[in-house]
Amino acid sequence: MLMKNSAGAVAALRRAPEFAREVLGDIRQLSERACRRTGRDTVQIMEVCGTHTMSFAQSGLRGLLPDTVRLLSGPGCPVCVTTAADVDRTVWLAHQPGVTLTTFGDMLKVPGSTGSLADASASGADVRVVYSPADALDLAAALPDREVVFLGVGFETTAPLVAATLLRACETGVRNFSVFPLFKLVPPALRAILAGRSHQNDGFVLPGHVSAIIGLAPYSFVADEFGVPGVIAGFEPFDLLEAVRLLLNLVTEEPARIAIQYTRGVPSGGNPAALRMLAESFDPCEAVWRAVGAIAESGLAFKKHLAEFDAARKFPGMPACDAPEPKGCLCGAILMGRALPADCRHFGTTCTPETAVGPCMVSSEGACAAAYKYGFTETSRWKKFGRPRKEATAP
Amino acid sequence: MCLAIPGKILTREGQTGRVDFGGLIRQAALDLVPDAAIGDVVLVHAGFAIQKVDLSMEPEIAERLGVSC
Ligand code: SF4
Repeated sequence: MLMKNSAGAVAALRRAPEFAREVLGDIRQLSERACRRTGRDTVQIMEVCGTHTMSFAQSGLRGLLPDTVRLLSGPGCPVCVTTAADVDRTVWLAHQPGVTLTTFGDMLKVPGSTGSLADASASGADVRVVYSPADALDLAAALPDREVVFLGVGFETTAPLVAATLLRACETGVRNFSVFPLFKLVPPALRAILAGRSHQNDGFVLPGHVSAIIGLAPYSFVADEFGVPGVIAGFEPFDLLEAVRLLLNLVTEEPARIAIQYTRGVPSGGNPAALRMLAESFDPCEAVWRAVGAIAESGLAFKKHLAEFDAARKFPGMPACDAPEPKGCLCGAILMGRALPADCRHFGTTCTPETAVGPCMVSSEGACAAAYKYGFTETSRWKKFGRPRKEATAP
Repeated sequence: MCLAIPGKILTREGQTGRVDFGGLIRQAALDLVPDAAIGDVVLVHAGFAIQKVDLSMEPEIAERLGVSC
């Protein structure tokens, strides 16, 4: 067993380069062992967190991993999975008379079929970037003559913040405030990936801050039902190195299980106060993920007693938009682990961060944006997987 | 998007507190960490503390992250 406990990481900080070399050596050995077991030439692991995508790329770790480890970026960026139709509806909201639309900065440039929130702002809509949903509520209190709408984009990490903000709104009696809920949940997306016909993920690097809220139990089906292990990982380079090593250990272990590398931030029970608030404010509902499609129970709808804060009810007549994905964009296949950015014919030519065609290039944490910025040109070499090339085409 | 930064709680008045991020001091909402007290290190995401950080076993990580415990 090559696994180390957290004392390994502590010692590592004293001698970072040696630590990295040592762990990378273990990773090479473990991945070769795993390949011998599976008879394939790579161990395929998927992270499902935009912050991990960026941390793997920025730190240079991605390039240091041996050829026997293939790292995929799954649907871990809430911006990337917001549909063009939902962006269109948000733009419609921003144009309603008296509305001030507040959003996290990440959503500003995401194009719908009729433009982005930045375009709406340029054409006169009152769109403001906030750092926190609490700031949006403060803005509503300061602007009693405006209807302040907060764009609720995010995973389990972010949804409790909105629940807490709505509690505050109830307490302080601020009524000119609402939220357009576009939240997405991570475990149902993992289930959709695993239930897919052709997934070949050997393990998951699971998102640390989503898990800080939900804990370990919601992922147990990944191991119990699908036999795929996962490691909840932190965000520092040493966290990711340790997480990959731990995951490769689990890949060759029976039975599969979920483990926590990011112990300093993730108790196995998550954050009970936040979970209670989520349960009291929302019911799970079907949600449509951009380029992936509808996934059951993967979104959050307001409970009845909070319906007055639901922007979709407050502003009736929201258009039912149906925007097709851009032609040739492989985002759907990329997010599901069936293609890599450089497989796409638009990548780096017609699709760059300045001229983004698809959502994975728009978001700074998207798989294509990271691949472009850090120069990853790896293609999926499907032949070695024995899988037909055309499966990598987005629907 | 799920970025969260560790910081140390300096003051707590009800649901809000001042948090020290390695020298940068900002206000944060503490609604989601009802039992976090002054001196605790918390992960702050979009203005809200979402979890207490347990650095007791990892003082050197604490130092590296710019929080002392
Ligand atoms: S390179 Fe652009 S068009 Fe191709 S998959 Fe990525 S975002 Fe979509």
